[in-house]
Parts: sequence; C-alpha cells; structure tokens
Amino acid sequence: MTVDSLIATPCELTDVAASKSAIVLMTRIRLARNLAGRPFPGWANSPQRAEVLELCREAVAATSPMKRSLVVSVGELSSLERQILVERHLVSRELMGSTQGSGVVISKDQAFSVMVNEEDHLRIQVLRAGLQLKKAWNAIDELDSALEESLDFAFSTSLGYLTACPTNLGTGMRASAMMHLPALVIAGQMDKVVRAVNQLGMVVRGLFGEGSDASGSIFQISNQTTLGESEEDIIKRLGSVLQSIIEHELNARGKLLDADPGKLFDKIGRAYGILRNSHLLSSSEAMNLLSLIRLGVDIGVLPDAQRPVIDRLFIEAQPGHLQHAQKGEFDPGQRDLIRAVRLRSEFANFASPDFTFPRDGRN
Amino acid sequence: MSNPLKCDFCAKGATVHLTQIVNNKVHKVDLCEDCARAKGVTDPGGFSLADLLLKASLSPAPSTGSIRCEQCGFTQSDFKKHGRFGCPACYDAFKGVLDPMLDGMHKGTLHIGKVPRTALARRSLHERLTRLESELTDAIKSERYEEAARFRDEINQVRQATDRKPAS
Repeated sequence: MTVDSLIATPCELTDVAASKSAIVLMTRIRLARNLAGRPFPGWANSPQRAEVLELCREAVAATSPMKRSLVVSVGELSSLERQILVERHLVSRELMGSTQGSGVVISKDQAFSVMVNEEDHLRIQVLRAGLQLKKAWNAIDELDSALEESLDFAFSTSLGYLTACPTNLGTGMRASAMMHLPALVIAGQMDKVVRAVNQLGMVVRGLFGEGSDASGSIFQISNQTTLGESEEDIIKRLGSVLQSIIEHELNARGKLLDADPGKLFDKIGRAYGILRNSHLLSSSEAMNLLSLIRLGVDIGVLPDAQRPVIDRLFIEAQPGHLQHAQKGEFDPGQRDLIRAVRLRSEFANFASPDFTFPRDGRN
Repeated sequence: MSNPLKCDFCAKGATVHLTQIVNNKVHKVDLCEDCARAKGVTDPGGFSLADLLLKASLSPAPSTGSIRCEQCGFTQSDFKKHGRFGCPACYDAFKGVLDPMLDGMHKGTLHIGKVPRTALARRSLHERLTRLESELTDAIKSERYEEAARFRDEINQVRQATDRKPAS
C-alpha cells in the first residue's frame, strides 16, 4: 500500500474523533471578576488585599466543586511548588510573583482553580482535556453563579463585569485551546496562521501565555475581545477558528506525508533515537522531541496507547516537576542530566516506530 | 504625539512604526527596536495592538486634563503608568477617556452576555431597604405615624423576602 492510497482509505469514525481531539490538548476558560466597591488588587493596600483574600477564599472554598480543595496563600508555597502549579497551568506566573495577600483555591481534580488578587480580585478558571469549549463554559458558568450567591461582583449594565484592565471588560472571559501544531511549524506556515487568526479577532500565544515561546509546537489560541459579544458567541466563534486550524494542520500533515515522507520519518526516527539514548536534554529540546513523537503517534507510526504517556511527559519533563520528582533543587545542567535519565527509562519500554503504514490523521 | 520619533515606552528613538485600522480608526504606535522585540512585534498584521494602544491612546488627550477617581484617588497619569484602573468606580470617572478607547479595543461598546442576576437582585433589594429605612426615620421625625407604619410593614416584607436579619 502506498501513502496515497492509505490516505484515501476511510477509517473508523472513532479513529477520526480520537485523532481530531489529539490536536487540541486542552481547553481552558477563565473569567475575571471583581468585588464591588473595592480597589483592584494592583491599587489596593495590604489590609484591603488581605480582606479581599479572606472574603474570596471563604466564598470559593464553600462552593461544591471546591469541596476538599487546596486552599493556599502564595506566600505559603515553596518556589518549587509555585513552579509546578504554573507548569500545570493551574496558576499564572503573575500570581506566583505576588506573595503579599494573594492566594489560590484548586479543586481536587484540578479541573477548577480560582486565583485571588491576581490582576483582578478573582480569576476563575476551568481546565478540560481535549476540545470541550461548551462543557468548559457550562462548568465555569455554574461555578461563577455559585460565587455570585455570596459575593457582590462589580458590574455595569452597559460595560458588563468591571475589570482592572479595560481589555477584559464585558464578559471578562478568555476562552482558549492548547493546540499541538507540529506540521504547520515544520511546513513554515505558522506565521500565516497567526496572521489569519489575528484578523479573526483571536490571539495566538506560546505554551505559557504572553511572551512565552512555542517549544513543542504547542500554541494557545484565545479570544482577544471580551466586550460587545456574548459568551456563547465568543465560544462559537473560537470553536470555528479552532476547527479551521485543525483542518489546516491535518492538511499540512497530509502534504508532508505526500511530498517528502522520508524527511518527516527521519525527524520522528531521530527524535525517538535521542529520547531513548541521550544523556543531556534541555527542557525545550525535550519538548520539541516529544512533539515529534506525538506527531508519530498521530500519523500511526507509533501506537495510540503512547499518546497519554507523551502528554504526561510534556508536563513532567519540565523543570519544576523534574526537581520535585527528585526531591531537591538542581541547577539547569544537572536538570538536563536528570531529564535525560527520566526520558531514557520511559522510552526503553516504548515500541519502535513502524513507518510502513502512516496516515494523516484525517481518515 | 509631540515627538513621533520617540518610542512610546522608553525614551529611545523609535524605528518601528505600527499602524492598525480598527473600526475605521487609525491607531499608531512608535517603538524603538528593543521595545519592539520585547513586545513581540514582528509583523503588524500578525500582532494585535490592543495592549499597546491601551497606553498610547491615552497620551493624546490633553483637553481632559488630569482626571481623578473620587472613590480611590486613581489619576489619569496612574493609568498611563499601569495600564490598569484603580477600582470599579474608575470606569465612571474616566468615562470620557475610556469610551473612544473601547471603540477600537473590542467588538462593541455595550455588554452583551452574562448578567449577575442574583447579585444585582440582592443589591437592588438592599438599596430598597436602605431607602425605606431612611424614609421611616424621616416619617417618625416629622410625626407622620400613619406613613411610618406603612414603611415599617414594607420593610418587614422585604426582609422576609430576602430572609435577612433585621439590620442593626
């Protein structure tokens, strides 16, 4: 069978669904909320911040998704713990930088987190695996309404929820998807995609938001505007932009497999070799290699069962998690050694890539 | 902008000039090379000016003078420095400066979407209660006892409806 005929052969519906959701790693929605009549965190003094922290923490911890949740002040967290929470996308870097009168409540299943006294009094967040905008919105809408029972939010009928920064005004909602787009990166089409997405009123960022790089070919796509459009409409619009990016990524994969399969297979094969045998791996190199292995799974040269392992390693190969697993703090050079040991042992059990029957993930 | 050759963020000379047209309005930002790189500006089409505009659009507003929020003491120059407001009431205080800015920043200038109904209903009940209580006090003071009795009944009704304990 040739690559061509293979691509043309329809596959099971389940397969389509699985590989489509594979491009979107994670869906996230966050809502910015503030308490009426109180200065925003950036302008409040310490007693005012402490008061808001107390008030919000109590209200948040009392909601049903936050039963037996983690409730902490930033000041109580070690620097390693802070890093781990950032790496899991449960808190922002900004929050972890403000040790005075800031805190976070994280649900047991890590699906919900509420940051207190970040840029706004409350930053309510929900995380879902795969592409689940609708479900994520329903979940966060419910939590937000529960909080409204006990907290008076700053709200204007004309401007909506009032936020510290006018760019979040209105719905206060930022909905985003974490997308794995290796073929668009390899094909050099990401610039074009970023431009097009921008024109549609959406923003593309790296893995850790503003200013972060896109190692591992992972990008965050989110809505830019928050005022003048309902939450449902924003989500619908974002959803269709995401669908079209998925389409472009699948096209790019098809083209890579069509035009120069040897080049793509070489990248995946080498990534496998390095992950299995290297002794020094920087965080960003590891991310890029894991990204290629993930692409290998998507195009069927590695078994599907390995995708969850790779997704876990995306998180666990990061500096905070790596050091936490080793129960200590290490300098970057030592970390690269530890990372390589970890990945070698994981990949020792991985099946070797089999390049006989690749597919582009579409069918 | 008095000196178009200066960077909007630092004092250095601007070599990067961005123009973006949003809702038929021209927005311009001048940047030095370092700031342009720091802000991730590589391609005007592939980069949104919203955040930059937020600060830049406030500079050409000399006629408004220095506005100050009565509630929290936040001033216009504070906003220029932080790019964030001081408190919810700032949105009223800075309305004149904010409105033209919102035009290019968002899809619209009017909120469409979720409304915190519970909180708003609670607030309006609270306001009603406060008003009734002051009317009750007035009525007693001026010995309008019949009216006072009516206000008292109304207050009790509202309290029962909200399950509120009598205010101290």
